[in-house]
Formats: sequence, C-alpha cells, structure tokens
Amino acid sequence: MNMRLIGTLVGATILITLASLWMGQQAYSWFPPEASAESKLIDDLFSFLTALGTFIFLGVTGMLAYSVLFYRAGRYDYSDGPPIEGNVTLEIVWTAIPLALVIWIAAYSYQVYEQMDVRGPMELVHLHMPETMEAAYAEPMEMASLPSAKIAVQAKQWAWIFHYPSENGEDITSTELHLPVDHRIKLALTSDDVLHGFYVPAFRLKQDIIPNKTIDFEFTPTRIGTYRLRDSQYSGTYFAAMQADVVVESPADYQSWLADAAGRVPSPAYNRASSEYNRAAEQTVVRGWETVPPASPPVVNYAPKQAPASPPA
Amino acid sequence: MANISVEELSGNRAQPYPGAPDNWKRFFTFSTDHKVIGIQYIVTSFVFFLIGGLFAMIIRGELITPEANLVDRTIYNAMFTMHGSVMLFLWSFPVLVGLANYLVPLMIGARDMAFPRLNAAAFWMVPVVGLLMMSSFFVPGGPSQSGWWAYPPVSLQNPTGNLINGQVLWLLAVAISGVSSIMGAVNFVTTIFKMRAPGMTFFRMPAFVWTVLAAQLIQLFGLPALTAGAVMLLLDIVAGTSFFRPENGGNPILYQHFFWFYSHPAVYVLALPVFGIFSEIFPVYARKPLFGYRVVAVSSLIITGLSAIVWVHHMYASGTPGWMRMLFMFTTMSISVPTGIKIFAWTATVFRGKLRLDTPMLFALAGVVNFVFAGITGIMLGSVPVDIHVNNTYFVVGHFHYVVYGTVVFGIYAALYHWFPKMTGRMYYEGLGKVHFWLTWLGTTLNFLPMHPVGLMGMPRRVASYDPEFAFWNVLASLGGFLLGLSTLPFILNMVSSWIQGEKAGNNPWRAIGLEWLISSPPPVENFEQLPIVIAEPYGYGKDEPLVSNLAELSESPG
Repeated sequence: MNMRLIGTLVGATILITLASLWMGQQAYSWFPPEASAESKLIDDLFSFLTALGTFIFLGVTGMLAYSVLFYRAGRYDYSDGPPIEGNVTLEIVWTAIPLALVIWIAAYSYQVYEQMDVRGPMELVHLHMPETMEAAYAEPMEMASLPSAKIAVQAKQWAWIFHYPSENGEDITSTELHLPVDHRIKLALTSDDVLHGFYVPAFRLKQDIIPNKTIDFEFTPTRIGTYRLRDSQYSGTYFAAMQADVVVESPADYQSWLADAAGRVPSPAYNRASSEYNRAAEQTVVRGWETVPPASPPVVNYAPKQAPASPPA
Repeated sequence: MANISVEELSGNRAQPYPGAPDNWKRFFTFSTDHKVIGIQYIVTSFVFFLIGGLFAMIIRGELITPEANLVDRTIYNAMFTMHGSVMLFLWSFPVLVGLANYLVPLMIGARDMAFPRLNAAAFWMVPVVGLLMMSSFFVPGGPSQSGWWAYPPVSLQNPTGNLINGQVLWLLAVAISGVSSIMGAVNFVTTIFKMRAPGMTFFRMPAFVWTVLAAQLIQLFGLPALTAGAVMLLLDIVAGTSFFRPENGGNPILYQHFFWFYSHPAVYVLALPVFGIFSEIFPVYARKPLFGYRVVAVSSLIITGLSAIVWVHHMYASGTPGWMRMLFMFTTMSISVPTGIKIFAWTATVFRGKLRLDTPMLFALAGVVNFVFAGITGIMLGSVPVDIHVNNTYFVVGHFHYVVYGTVVFGIYAALYHWFPKMTGRMYYEGLGKVHFWLTWLGTTLNFLPMHPVGLMGMPRRVASYDPEFAFWNVLASLGGFLLGLSTLPFILNMVSSWIQGEKAGNNPWRAIGLEWLISSPPPVENFEQLPIVIAEPYGYGKDEPLVSNLAELSESPG
C-alpha cells in the first residue's frame, strides 16, 4: 500500500513536471515579437514563472481532484472522515518551501531588473547592487555620428510628439517614433496635462509620464520593424485612441529619415482623437457627455496623414 | 468569557421592541437586530451587484468589436468607472459586512453586536452612498469618468465647469462609504474582543471570526488614508487647493500613495472573510476537522500585517524609483506564504474526507481553484520586470477578476447557500443551485481567462476601442460576460422561491458543528435563551465531542 502510494506520487510528480516544462516553453508564444534586448530577459523570466506556476496549480488541483473523484460520501453514508487536525512537520514544510520559492523568484527578478537597467524616474537614491552586472546593451555604441542626445517624448491629451535635437538648435518633430536598431536609446518623457504611459508591447517596456517632471528612460531595440506605442495610463476620453507607430530601422535608414524630416516644412499630422471629436455625432449609437476637447492635430516636420499602420504584433 | 452587558437587555424574546413588525416589513425598518441588518446588507448589495453587472455587460458589449461604436467614449469611461465603484463600494464590501453581521454574533455566542444602533446607522449609510452614486448620472457632464482610482489630474479636469459634477458626487459617496465602514469595523472588533460567550477563547473561535477580525483591523488602519486622499481631492476640485494639481506645484503621485495604502489592503478586506468561508465550508462537506486550525487562524493576522506594506506594487510604473520597486517586490512576494498556508490547509482538509458535493461545496472548491490561479498570476505581477510589461493591461484585469469574482463572489455564493437554511429556516433547491454553479463557473472562465493572453499581447485596460489583433479573445470574454449576467437568474429564482415556499430546513440540515447550528432556524431575536458555555475547539468532526456544556438551555424549546 505504502509503496503503491509512493509510486503514484512519484509518477504524478513526473507528469506534472513535464506538463510544467511544456507550459514554460509555450509561454514564449503568448507575447508579441521580441524587439528589444530587455524583452528577451522578461520573456525568460515569465517562462520560468509559468513553469513554476503550472507545477503548483496542477499539484493543488490534482490533490483536490483526487479527493473529489475517489472520496465522495455514499448516498446514505453519514459517517465522518478521519479526525486529523494537523501535522506539524507538514505545516513547517509547506511554509518553508513557498518562502524559499518566493525569495528565489524575487532574487531572480531583481537580477533581471538590474540587467535591464531601464533607469526610469527620479533616482534620488540610487541603490545599485555593489557588483556590476552587465546591462542589456546589445553592443557598445559604434557609430559616433548617431545622436547620443535624448529624444524628447511629449505626451498630451491625446497625441504623441517626438522631438529630435538637431545642430541648428531647433527640434526636428514627428508623430512617428523612429529609432536606430541595436543602439541604446535615451528618451526624456514629459506630459503637458495629465498622467500618460509610454508602452511599447514589443519592447515589453512601460513607464508612466508625469506632468511637471522629466523622466529618463532607456532601452535597446534589437529588431527592425514597425511596432505600436500605446498610452498605458488612463488619460481621459480619447485615451484608447492615443497610439503611434514606432519604426526601428538600420542606422543608415534612420539617418536618412532624420535628414529628410529636417528638410520638411511642419504640417498638421493625422490625429485620431481630434478627427473623432469633430465628427462625434455620427460615431456611435448612444451620444455622450461633454468632454475635455482634444488638442488640435500636432504640427510637426514628419507628419503622417493616416492612422498608425503597424501590423498586428 | 467576556460577556458583559446584554444580560439585562433580554426582555420580550419574540420582538426586539414592542410594536416592531415581525414579518418581512422589519427589513425596511431601523432595526437593531444584527440578523435583520445582516440580511438588509446582503439584499441591498445584491441589487447593486445586478446594477454593476449591467454596466459590465455594456462594457463587454462595446468591446465585442474593436471600434468604439456602441456608446460614446465618455459613456464607456463612465461605465467602467461606475462598474468598479459599484462592485467594490456597494457590492463586495457591504455583502461581506452583511454576512459577518449575521454570523459573527451567532458564532461567538453573543446576543447581538456590541453597538446595535451604530450597526444600524452604518447600514443605512449604504443606500445613501448608492443614491449619490446613481444620481451622478443625472448631473451635467454625467458620472465620474476617471476610473475607480480617480487619479488626478484626470479626476481634476471638469469639462462642464459645474461645481456639482459626477466626480464630486463620487468623492462624497466614497467618503460616506468610508465612514460607514469605519463604524462597522469599530463594532466588529469590539464585538469579537468583548462579546464572546463563556469558554469561547480566541482559539475556540471559528476561522471565519478570525478572518473577519483580521479584515476589520485593516479597515481601521487603512480607511483613514483613503478618506483623507478623497477629501484632499475634493478640496482640489471645489475649493481651489492644489494638493495634487501639478500646474500649481501639487503632486499627483502623492494621491496614488494615499489611494493604494488603503485600496491594496482593501483586497484583503474582501478576500479574508472569503478565506474564512472556505475554512468553514470544507470541514462540513468533507466531514473532517480544519487542517492546522490554529495556523490557519493566525495566518489571517499575518496577512493583515503584510497587507499594509505592499501597496507600491500598484505603482511600479508610476514614476517609482528602482530601490522602492525592489523593496515592495520582496514584501509583495512574501504575502504568498500565509495565503499558501491556507490553500494547503484546505487541500489537506478535503484530502480523503467524505465529500458531499452540494452547491456550497462546489462553489468553495471552484473558488479555491480560481484563487490558486489568481495567486500564481499575482506572483507574476509582483515581479517588477514582468509587471513593467503587463502593468495596466488586461492581464491585470484578468488577475483581479479571478480574485474578486472567481474567489470572492464564489465564496459569497457558497456562504449564501450554506447559511440560507439558517437565515430563512427553509432549504434552497439543490438542482437550481447546481445549474447556477455551472453557469457561473463557465461564465467566469470564459469571461476572465481570455483577458490573460490578450493582456500579454499588450492590450491596455480601460480602452473603449482596440486593435483588431485583440478581437478573438475579446469576443470570448464578452460571451462569458453575458453568460455571467444570465447566471444570476437561477440564483434569484432559487433564493426567492425557496424563501417563500422551500422545505423547512430544521436547525442543522448540514450536520455542521458550530454555535449557530445549535439554535432554531431562523434564530430568535437575541439568539440564545441562555448564553452557551463553550467547551471545545470549533471543528470536532469525527470526534464525537460536545461543543457546549449547556445544550438544552440554549433555546426556549429545545429541538
């Protein structure tokens, strides 16, 4: 009996372990493409958590299912079960193991966070780990000609405007965010009015933007393509419409795009919020309440005239 | 042991006051009977559950297609704001207060709460809160559209310029709800400390009482922060102060700290009593003692303590410095230890028992499974790097609906079925109960499971329109949402018809152990003819030991 029980338990554990490992591999397919150095780190961490979580979920539900399937009281069986009130060893074990697990998870997450080194906001007290860990730079900056200066990201209700510094001191502006691939990008995030959130799912990166503050944000795009930037912190009526394209391209393409944009005369770009606002009456079945009016379409050098076109991730 | 005051109150046992109605009309009076107040809470909040559910179905109706084409964006934003606010402040909190109101005095062997009039006053503030919230639909500009967080500066924007606007009414309602909850918390804590029957030591209290104590302690330390934040926000809107107004030097992030310092622990105000419900139900339907009762009881208080030091995990993306992110990641993860203890204890309680899968047991089992799932996604969210991706996406929405619906609402349903015979003296229809369970389970899974993949793909929460790549999962979620709306119908039918003409249930239809099952169903006013003298721990299944030494004297006419 006891040997049989042990055998069953070992068999079940092996099955659950295999299922968990499989789920951990599946986890990678639930994400958009990995388009930044940081995304790889986060996906690995998530895969690990998925495998671990699957193991715990199957373990607990398996135990419950075992009792539900095999230990039902008969229709006229009014007797009680065995009066087991506890087991100190078992209780110590199931306190100690989760404690060890979460410390492991937190330490692993800490390590990933240090490697990402996305900086972020207001590092008033900068508590870095004493040992130096290599940040997720894909490679050192090899092209000195690329702007090491920060790209300024301006968010407002409801538009994204990107400011690229230029030699003559006047910003080159765009409503599309163009970035050179495999370079550490430095953004300076600002908001004109309310909280917004800078979120590019393909980069797995997000940062709230706070009015009256400039927040530094760093990451490294690693995959050429067009991705979607979304506002991730609820910002009022047209929040969902506040999207933009992020174009990651080769350094040469990036340079020529920047040169081309610099030569253009600023013109109003497509803005979904303001175009919807101007024909609000015909949009929906039920009319709405008064709203904060959207800003007029931003006037920028590089001004796409149609909605963002990034392909489904 | 510490019974002090109620002896002299017991006069006419049939009615609380001469002339007070003893029929259904008593539920519409300023009754001070904790059982009447409990049912008043439960029924009132269920009405708001249905209203909040209607809002949810409008949300799911809009999201069944990618374009914003059902309602205007302002209406959509009002819908998700009011859905969250109603479900929390007018359903989840009050319904659990109602259950605790009904059960705690019975379970500890008291004749009523410590402060019966305060109890009634706290209840009657709930309809006021509800009226304020609903009236905001009729002021210019409509109800609040800033989400249930009401983050400034969005919540400070007032496009109509009216002084009485949806946001102001919302803030008043939240402040009054806070006062009501604090009054309730004072009452519960006092009752549990001072009104226990002779022999009812702390480690003879049912686990549900422990969890109510743990939850109400949170209300006492947490709610003042939220109420203060709400008052400052109100002053910013109506009096021109600038606590949170960035253009005048205010700090909008400060509000987030006030808000989450309460609103994260608030999740445990909801979850803890539900943990207590699970701890009550499993022993009854598995016919085994609660495994590790003392540890389970104490773990509730550990959760109370830890819940106070994790709030910043809601703000990982909110301009929070790295060291603070790391600190709160470690505290957040540690909460899974006491909750893990509970889950393992329930599993061990059920293990090789004599299971009877009546409706309460089905809801409790499914509630625990949902909670394990929610706990795993919770650990993922607690990890800062993962949260930087999924923060403010549908992954979070899926996670917390598995908590507040999959766990809390399932637990509430389990409790309502389990104690229905005690509250009404009649038995519910088991068949309808099972139909209700399976519809609810299917609806919950279909509605909230797809939110996880769509969140991982990068769909932000609170959007009225979204990109076509997210459509598949949203259609599933919407179908699940409508199914959940439908699932309330067999429940309502069951409760109403059983109360009117269900079979008589008797004192103890479940053969459960507990003081509330020793007296008649429904219990008389002031519950116990003579106060029980407790001589045993609460879960003596399989042990054949008496719970009290004066069984015959508890009721006027035993049996």
